[in-house]
Parts: sequence; C-alpha cells; structure tokens
Amino acid sequence: MTSSLQSEKMQANEDSVILNELDAGSIFSKHKPHISVRNLNVYLTKNHILKNVNLDIPDKAITCIIGPSGCGKTTLLKTFNRLLQNSMDVRIDGDVLVDGENIHGKGVEVENIRKKMGLLSQRPCPLPMSIFDNVAYGPRIHGIRRKKTLKIMVEKYLGEAGLWDEVKDRLKSPATSLSIGQQQRLCLARGLAVKPEIILGDEATSALDPISSKKIEELFLKLKDQYSIVLVTHTLRQAKRIADYVVFMYLGEVIEAGHASEFFNHPKEKLTKEYLDGYFS
Amino acid sequence: MIAATLAIVVSLFLIFVAVVRRGLPAMSWDMVSKIPGGGFYIGKEGGLLNAIVGSLYIVIGSITLGLCFSLPIVLYINLYLPEKSRLAQFTRLSFDVLFGIPSIVYGAFGFTIMVYLGLRSSLLAGILTVTMLIIPILIRSIDEVVRRVPKEMKDAALSLGATRSEIIKVILRQVAPGIITAVLLAVGRGIGDAASVLFTAGYTDGIPTSLSQPLATLPLAIFFQLSSPIAEVQDRAYAAALILTFIVLILSLAGRYYSRKYSKNKI
Amino acid sequence: MDRIKYNKYRQFKEFAIRNMMLVLTIISLTFAVIIGISLYYKSVPILDQQSLWSLLSGRSWKPLKGEFGFFPFIMGTLWVTLIAIIISLPLCLLSGIYLSEFAHPYIKKMVYPMIDVLAGIPPVVYGVWGILAVVPFISDKLAPHFVEYSTGYSVLAGGIVLAIMIIPLMISVFIEIFGALPGGLREASLSLGATQWQTVKKVVVRKSFSGLAAAVVLAISRAFGETIAVLMVCGNVAEVPKSVFDPAYPLPALIANNYGEMMSVPMYDAALMLSALLLFVIILAFNAISRLVLIRIERNFAL
Repeated sequence: MTSSLQSEKMQANEDSVILNELDAGSIFSKHKPHISVRNLNVYLTKNHILKNVNLDIPDKAITCIIGPSGCGKTTLLKTFNRLLQNSMDVRIDGDVLVDGENIHGKGVEVENIRKKMGLLSQRPCPLPMSIFDNVAYGPRIHGIRRKKTLKIMVEKYLGEAGLWDEVKDRLKSPATSLSIGQQQRLCLARGLAVKPEIILGDEATSALDPISSKKIEELFLKLKDQYSIVLVTHTLRQAKRIADYVVFMYLGEVIEAGHASEFFNHPKEKLTKEYLDGYFS
Repeated sequence: MIAATLAIVVSLFLIFVAVVRRGLPAMSWDMVSKIPGGGFYIGKEGGLLNAIVGSLYIVIGSITLGLCFSLPIVLYINLYLPEKSRLAQFTRLSFDVLFGIPSIVYGAFGFTIMVYLGLRSSLLAGILTVTMLIIPILIRSIDEVVRRVPKEMKDAALSLGATRSEIIKVILRQVAPGIITAVLLAVGRGIGDAASVLFTAGYTDGIPTSLSQPLATLPLAIFFQLSSPIAEVQDRAYAAALILTFIVLILSLAGRYYSRKYSKNKI
Repeated sequence: MDRIKYNKYRQFKEFAIRNMMLVLTIISLTFAVIIGISLYYKSVPILDQQSLWSLLSGRSWKPLKGEFGFFPFIMGTLWVTLIAIIISLPLCLLSGIYLSEFAHPYIKKMVYPMIDVLAGIPPVVYGVWGILAVVPFISDKLAPHFVEYSTGYSVLAGGIVLAIMIIPLMISVFIEIFGALPGGLREASLSLGATQWQTVKKVVVRKSFSGLAAAVVLAISRAFGETIAVLMVCGNVAEVPKSVFDPAYPLPALIANNYGEMMSVPMYDAALMLSALLLFVIILAFNAISRLVLIRIERNFAL
C-alpha cells in the first residue's frame, strides 16, 4: 500500500465524518466511525440484495439495524466480516472500511478481519467441545498455548459474559449441556476471547427466553464502553431500549440512519415514520 | 403388499437359518484358533485362523488408507468449494457412480496394475484393491454427514479468525459418530468382498508376516474350500460363512446404534 | 513481529492443506478414467485381432484354439439379470409402497434394520445360501415338474439369489424416492376424495416413475456385476442357456474363474480384460444415467 493511497482514504474518512455530522446529528463528534460503508452493492445469484449502501457505524456505541425481514440486514452484517463469500454466487461491489482499511482490498488477511469482530448468531452455536475449550478455541488458534494463560483468559471472558459463576464448576462438561441462554452468553465469551474491537449480533436474542435476552441486552450495555456493537434486531422495542444509533433498511436500501433519540422521535423519512408506527413490519 | 414385505423379511431369516444350521455344527475352538493343516483344499486338520487374521489385516489396512483419501476429499468439497460448485457436484456424482462399479472390475484393475508393476499377489495388493473398493462408500457416507454440519457452526468458528483448515477439527468432532458409521459400513463391505481380492491377495495356509506375502481372507476361504470334495474342508467353509455372517450382523447393528440420526446412504 | 511470523505460518499451513486436498480430489476424479484406460490397454491385443462385433456375437469359447466368443456369457448375464429383476421388482415395489405409505412406524422400525442387514450380507454368504437351499430346492422340488433333469445349478438359482441380493438396494432407493415426494401432493389427492390406494396408484407411483426407473437401472447394473454369489450357483457352462433350468456362465464369473490359467494361453488375458472393460463401461453408463436422474429428482422435490 502506498502512503498516498492511505492518506487518500483518511481524507475520505474525514470527509464522511463531516458529511455525517451535517447529516445525521452529533454522534460522530463523540464517536469516530469504526466501520464505513461506501457505495456497497451486493448481488446474490441475480438478486440485487444491497443497493448502494452508504453508512458509518460509530465507535464504542450500540448501533441497531432495523427493518422488515428480507431487507438485507443480515447480508449487510455478513459483509462486514466477509462471511458472505462462503455462500454461493455472491458479487460484492463497493468498499467496506474498518479502521480505514478496505476489507476487500488486496493482501488483506480475512482471518485478521474476522478476528476484529465477534459474531453472535441467531441461534447460539457452541462448538462441539467442552465449555473451557469453546472459549479457549479462539486464543489457541491465534497461537496461545500456555495452559495458565488460557485459564486466566477463560475466566476473564466468561466473567465478562456473566457466565463464570454459573459454570466454573463444570468447565469440562460439553457446551451443549448448557441452557440456550447460557449457550448464547458462552458464544459471546468465545467471541470476546479473541479480543475483537467490534461485536456483530445477528438477531442475537430472538431464540432466547425473555430473561436470557434481558441478560444479553444488559451485557451489551455494559460492553459498549469497550467495543463497537452492531446489532441486527427484529424488534423495534429492543432497538429503542439499547440503541445509540439506528439504521433503518428497506428492500436493500438504507432509508434513514441517525442518532437514536432523533431517529425515534423525529424521523425524517415518510417510510421510517410508517415503519415506526407499525403500518408494516 | 404386506405379503411382499413379509417375503423379504422371511428370506433374510431363511438365509440365517441355512447358514447357521450348516455352520454351527462345524464350529469349534480349533476352527478359530488354528491354521489349516495339510493344505486348505485337501487337509482335514485345523481351522480358519489364517483367513480370520488375513481379513483383519486387509480391512485394517484398507480402512486406514481409505480414510487418508476420503476425509480430505470430503472436507475439500464441503469446506472450500461453494455450495453449488460444479466440481463438488461432479465429485459427488462420480463417487456415486464408482460405488456401483462391481468389485470384480476393481479386482481386474488391481491385477493389471499388479502385473504392470511386477508385483505378486500379496497383502499389499489386496489392501490397495479393497481400498479402491471402499473409498466410494466412505466418501458417500461421510459426505452425507459433513454436508449436514450447520453453516452457523462453520461461521462461528470462522468468525473467530480461524482459517478453513483450522476448523476441520471442529467439523470432525461434530461428525465423529457419522464417520464411525461410515467406517463400519466400509468394514462390512471390505471384509465380505471376495471378487476384489480373488486376483490380488492370493491364498495361503499361513499368516502373512510382511506386506509382500499372499494371504487368505474369510470370503475366499468359503469360496475355495466349498469346492473341495472333502467334507471336513467343506465344514471349514461353512464355519467361515457363519463367522462372516456374524461379523456383518454385529457391524450392521453397531452401525444402527451409531447412526440413528443419520440414516441415508446406507446401501 | 512474532505475531506476524505466526500469521505467515498459519497462512502457509492453510495454503498447503488446501492444495493438498485439491490435488487429492483431482487425482481421485481421474480414477475412473485410469481404470478404463488400463483395462482398454490390456484388451487391445484381442481387439486388434478380431472385431468387437465378432467377439460379442461369437458363440464358441475355445481359448486353446483362439476362439473367444462372448455371446454365451452375455446371454448368461442377461438371463440371470432378467430373472432377478422379474422376481425382485414386484416384491420391492409392493413392499416399498407399503413401507412408505401404509406401514405403522413401528413396523418400519422393525423392517428397516432388517433391510440393512440384508444389504450387508457378503455375496459369498448369499452364494453359500444358494448352494445350501436354492440349488437343492430347484433340483429336487421344482425342476422335476418341468424338465427331465437339472442339477439345480442353473439360471434360475442364480436369478433367485441375485434377486434377494438386489432387493435391499432397490427397496431403499424406492423408499427414498417416495419419501422425497412433497406431502402436499398426497393431501391434494386425498382431499379430492381419492382412496389411499388410488392416491398411491395415480399420484405417488406416476409422479415418481422416472425415479423408480432409475432405481431399477441401478439394480440391474448391480446384478450385472455381481460375481461370486452367481458364480457359485450358476453351473458355469459356456453355452447359451435354453431354459431357466440350464446352467449359465455370466461374464463376471468368467473373469473370476479363469484368472489362474489365463497367463499361459495366448490372448486369454486380453479376452478376460475385455470382458472386464465391457462390464465397466456398461455399468458406468447405467450408473451415471440413473444417478443423474435421481439427483434431478432430489433437486426438484427438495424445496
């Protein structure tokens, strides 16, 4: 990478910050954009899934992506950590910049991109191994072998996910023996253990009972000081409860994005208003 | 319709009854613990130890070798190739087709290769031929279970920054019971097949001590000894048939036990 | 620094494993081609000497005189296969329909493992059963009603043994095909007032006809190539059988029986390899066609 290119990108970033400040309110004065999406188009086979998406995701805040099902929320999320390329016949145009680096650029190691982002999927998906090994899986991959270090890390991240006290006596038992809510928190701990900067949640609470999902929400609120959190959510109420920044998508387009209070109280677009009022969902 | 189903079930029992009724009187401790004395075709002494051990050698060797081929292939088409990749589909199709190729063709092919390389019929040649025979079975049934590994699980491991080769371990752990089923299935086919080893493994009274020696197997023990005019030798064949049936029955039940969840591609 | 080095190592490992697997896959795909080529290469000498057609239609098999007529063997194979299909197809169709449409789950749970066991029994054991039960039955009970004398080692014995052997294959594919039919189809027919049997006849069987045909082709190719069991009960006389009580000599049995002597007689090994090649090509084609049909069915119905 030449330095001129780098500086060009930085320039672009700063431009976008300015643009957004004019546009969407004040959040980017406090939070620099962590992920920036520029002119993103995604085609699955022949379907145009994402249409010219331009977006900035603020740093160290909770961003909720809302919209009716099938509007491309999950696809957008999966482009962030390049999991989309695993499926068939995908074409991606445009840039996704994470910390100013284009993740689709040449010579970018996809593993490093993914390491920066922890993913929480819709249904918790523990790996077929013990609770301890689930959390230690990431660190082990990234070259940490010492037992002692691993033990410390497992305790720390299970603690952060609020699971340590519940499982400390049975770290060796298989992860599938946990309840589904516990499994989701285990997945969170597993994701945190690779020291990500961003947490992606794909309707992470939709499969959980109310109490478990409340716990997860509380965790997100606690973690947002250290991580940028991007959540795709199916419930408006959840977005209202925890979002700092909201992105509304409809049929593959970003209709409106803005600061949560602004967004919910004074939506600019007609479509947004109708969605918030429950005309469609 | 019920009658047709009944007929199939009854024929299974008829086979068992026939094999057991003739094989049981011929069974004895000597049968499984001694090698035949005085030649397998005419000698009246001894038992089947050579064939039992030989079959074990062949099966162990070919399963090991077969897994070395089939696991990487299955993992490659499921892990690296996109869902609807032409190459993956073509690979699946060609192993489906190879699965249907009769063992005598594998035997003949193994034999030509053997002659070409100047090998004698031997344990090695037998193992290689049986390996060719069971690779399609292993690939088909392992593919069946690997394909069902949820995408979310792969994504979960990948999103932690693992490379694809690093998530192999996760996948293998997830499908371990399926692999065991596949191996049991392949063992059953490999241990019972005569036509493939007919040309390539040879036949002998002894137990091989190296890869280049010929050896006996259970199906060949049945096949050869049955055509002997001497009653004692024929007894050995029937005893071998009983042992083989018993082994296959055990394998089939064990496979059932392991594969309650995965019940396709068994035949 | 260390971190970068470690990442380099991981990338390299990934690269190495990926390409090793790719190479293995490609090699394995050339497998069928290699088999075909080497068998062809081995049978060239005899093809140079006589035309394929004269070999296939020749009735005389006298290797010592250099006469290699495959006709009796081809007829033997066809006869045995035909009988096996005639016996097993109705059995499989009826019980396949019964098991997938009518049977109580409890009965399925009982019968499926049995079919599995039947599939797992080695050919040589079927052969033993043939010798112990089928052959005496034919020579003592059945044949005397029709012909003057039969040893029992006959086309019919081979056909019966083979029929039992291909039943598990055929029936399991049948059940799979019936299972792949969308359930709505049946409900639609039933809701129009058709009885269950009418539904089966008019909807289930008709809709899955191509799949059933593919399954039968699959079973035929299995029967074609079956060696040991047939060899043990067929009598192995190199003449075209005139009735089902006559002995026959199918192609695979020819290969299996003669490998010992073939080195000393000129052209003998080429003739045997040619028959292996024939088997290989026919079965390859049969299998490929029926698998393609089955794949298409699976894709069409899997919604």
